[in-house]
Amino acid sequence: MSNDLRRCFSWERRDTLCERKSFTNQSKQGFRHHGVITLCRKHRPLDLLGNLQYLATLDMESVVAAVDCSWPVPSICMVSREKGDDNPANAHHCRCRGSQETTASLSGSRNLGFHGEWTLVFDEEPGVQKALEVLAACRADLHSLPVSAHLGLFSQSSPSSPEPASLPAEDVTANSNGPKPAEVVLEDDREDLFAEATEEVSLDSPEREPVLSSEPSPAVTPVTPTALIAPRIESKSMSAPVIFDRSREEIEEEANGDIFDIEIGVSDPEKVGDGMNAYMAYRVTTKTSLSMFSKSEFSVKRRFSDFLGLHSKLASKYLHVGYIVPPAPEKSIVGMTKVKVGKEDSSSTEFVEKRRAALERYLQRTVKHPTLLQDPDLRQFLESSELPRAVNTQALSGAGILRMVTKAADAVNKMTIKMNESDAWFEEKQQQFENLDQQLRKLHASVEALVCHRKELSANTAAFAKSAAMLGNSEDHTALSRALSQLAEVEEKIDQLHQEQAFADFYMFSELLSDYIRLIAAVKGVFDHRMKCWQKWEDAQITLLKKRETEAKMMVANKPDKIQQAKNEIREWEAKVQQGERDFEQISKTIRKEVGRFEKERVKDFKTVIIKYLESLVQTQQQLIKYWEAFLPEAKAIA
Amino acid sequence: MMQEGLDDGPDFLSEEDRGLKAINVDLQSDAALQVDISDALSERDKVKFTVHTKIPPAPPRPDFDASREKLQKLGEGEGSMTKEEFTKMKQELEAEYLAIFKKTVAMHEVFLCRVAAHPILRKDLNFHVFLEYNQDLSVRGKNKKEKLEDFFKNMVKSADGVIVSGVKDVDDFFEHERTFLLEYHNRVKDASAKSDKMTRSHKSAADDYNRIGSSLYALGTQDSTDICKFFLKVSELFDKTRKIEARVSADEDLKLSDLLKYYLRESQAAKDLLYRRSRSLVDYENANKALDKARAKNKDVLQAETSQQLCCQKFEKISESAKQELIDFKTRRVAAFRKNLVELAELELKHAKGNLQLLQNCLAVLNGDT
Repeated sequence: MSNDLRRCFSWERRDTLCERKSFTNQSKQGFRHHGVITLCRKHRPLDLLGNLQYLATLDMESVVAAVDCSWPVPSICMVSREKGDDNPANAHHCRCRGSQETTASLSGSRNLGFHGEWTLVFDEEPGVQKALEVLAACRADLHSLPVSAHLGLFSQSSPSSPEPASLPAEDVTANSNGPKPAEVVLEDDREDLFAEATEEVSLDSPEREPVLSSEPSPAVTPVTPTALIAPRIESKSMSAPVIFDRSREEIEEEANGDIFDIEIGVSDPEKVGDGMNAYMAYRVTTKTSLSMFSKSEFSVKRRFSDFLGLHSKLASKYLHVGYIVPPAPEKSIVGMTKVKVGKEDSSSTEFVEKRRAALERYLQRTVKHPTLLQDPDLRQFLESSELPRAVNTQALSGAGILRMVTKAADAVNKMTIKMNESDAWFEEKQQQFENLDQQLRKLHASVEALVCHRKELSANTAAFAKSAAMLGNSEDHTALSRALSQLAEVEEKIDQLHQEQAFADFYMFSELLSDYIRLIAAVKGVFDHRMKCWQKWEDAQITLLKKRETEAKMMVANKPDKIQQAKNEIREWEAKVQQGERDFEQISKTIRKEVGRFEKERVKDFKTVIIKYLESLVQTQQQLIKYWEAFLPEAKAIA
Repeated sequence: MMQEGLDDGPDFLSEEDRGLKAINVDLQSDAALQVDISDALSERDKVKFTVHTKIPPAPPRPDFDASREKLQKLGEGEGSMTKEEFTKMKQELEAEYLAIFKKTVAMHEVFLCRVAAHPILRKDLNFHVFLEYNQDLSVRGKNKKEKLEDFFKNMVKSADGVIVSGVKDVDDFFEHERTFLLEYHNRVKDASAKSDKMTRSHKSAADDYNRIGSSLYALGTQDSTDICKFFLKVSELFDKTRKIEARVSADEDLKLSDLLKYYLRESQAAKDLLYRRSRSLVDYENANKALDKARAKNKDVLQAETSQQLCCQKFEKISESAKQELIDFKTRRVAAFRKNLVELAELELKHAKGNLQLLQNCLAVLNGDT
């Protein structure tokens, strides 16, 4: 059997609970006539159309099928019949040629319409040819449809299914560069699916595994409760995490879940250009033994807005599904202006160094995340020599303003969402993160004060050293004079020591804390996305309820067309409700995993950095001892 | 103690020492007592001995204001703070108070020693009374009139000083001393100010350690992961290291800043002495001129002669004692610097070693755990 048909079946199999006829027999013969294949429809009939197109291109004996849909495409005739009814005479024909037909004409058949299941009947009646012609005629129009698009649509893996989903159609992720490894993976996937298609399931069997759907809607056919996945407009982004799920497992197995063998360094800040258009370019060096990179060591030049662009891409792809994306370092208009203007003083060099260190930490955190590491954007960032300029990161660009507006809107929304938290874990965790945030802020403030005071101490010690030297000069007792000069020298060395310690205070302790304060903001953001997801689900449930009420009203008023429409809408919203629930469960699951990983990272990070910091303190004390031990005999020598 | 052969000194001081030891229990009431005495004594000395000799500068008024403020805050906040915070603050306060008290005691000691060592001052009756009288001295504070007198005297002095300093001195020794003292005084002033700033920064840093320690403690008690033990240990470390840092700052203050401050005032006093000598020189020269004039006019010759003689005597006396004082000044200075610098170095070493030990122990524990 051709691949195309396999696709149909994988599609079918994926979404629904449906009986299907096995094809083991048919594989030898093509389609057996009178066989019934039940294809469960996707959300958009485009899918079905696409599949039919494939079917039509197959060398089948007979197809009598046409899809009716209220979609604004030239529709095809649909034929269906009641399930189990093999009498061709009962097949309903619905004629339409390039017109939009409602499903009302097929009343009586529950499988019809926008939201139903269609049964394709294959038989050898003369009507077949006609149908085929029609199909062929419509194919021209169908061609204009992005046929492959639908293939990616059922990418969302349902919570219970372990395998990652779909085919990596080329234009699935607009951002991606064609993830090759994923394709390989899916080949295997398809084999698996196909293997399962050989199960014989009797049409009439009342047994159904309630795999996917929640509650069956009253209008459902005896075949299955439909568990329809709504392919979302952002489906492009949805497929990304799913595909990578598989490779992530791969990577984790590879690396024992501990260290990914990749090292990133950010170095050599260079000023490029002049005046207000100048910018700093940083060298990003990657050393790795991971197979997904083409080389084991490479470096590229990047500027700050490139980093922001990377973060914005990653955030748009992963934040709303529950992944904690490390935040990028903050912009600083004042700092950058000084650099641009060309002030070569210590504050601008300090600023550049602070930024370089922050960028390095940012990249290191990002590559530690197994899912993000797989992202093609990240790889492009690390590898490719030319990167398209990320203009949307500018604060005053259209995108920037949009971001600000969205943020404000989100803040307002957050206040109005009252979520019924059924899972205590989330509430607990949110509270914990809130507390942690407060504590870290307090600690950060104290450490910043320490940095400030130590810098002051260093400056004052230097001043004192000079003053002591002068005093020594004017002292006319020789031994005392010498001792005072020695004191001045000691104090000068100590001043250096204080300066170094202040650096350590800052770069190790203080920056760690500020990084984590921003990370926790990202974590809180992820929790908020979950709330939004829940809200969407809630809204869908409410709308479904309303639609059902409408249907009931129409029933009473006995307006057949309106009833049908109501039923259609109910199907639609049932699908949305189920999708909403699935999304919510998915994001909850992802968040749990992410939070677990985050906590482990946090503990490791803090322990490592604080120990390093304490070691710096040890070094300072050791040096102090050395200096004062050298001075003591000098002091004693004063006669 | 710095000087040689004190009869009354050691006894008194050891008595005072003993007294102090007893007093340590209740710090506040005693401080007040001491302040009053020193004030009064110094002022009376000044009144008495303005003319001839260099007056050892009075010990500075101890500054207990900061501690009093904290104590008040402590009292007010008692209800609102947690037990740990309260004990911590109390400890901090006690440490600070003790530091200031040590400082004050040292200053007073220095002052008394100086007075005792002074060949003339030590014989003063007031001093004897001060040292020997067993019960509380009642000292009269300066009344308004005396305060006003002082004010005017200062004004006059500074104006005069400018005039007098223009006079070139015949004696090389004094000329050298004058230039030396001028420069030295300015530099000591500078060094003293800078040293003050340095010790204050040190103290602020130590205070920051305190806050960091508390924040880490809070983190440690609230965290759910296994990092909480880690935080608690580090918090403990910061608390201990902070105590050491505070003591470093206090010791630096005591040994270095106070030393410089003292010599600032000493050098000022030396300058004042030189001024007085120059003043008397000018007077002497004026008297000479007057005598010549009188002889020329042959009027009031005897009077002029007597006055000239008096001035001459005064001048010679002051020159002699000034010379001695200035030589002593140098010796004392060298000895004081030596003592303090040695003590400073020793204390710095002691604290650094203590700190190092603390840090290394903590690291050992932390590394062992992880």
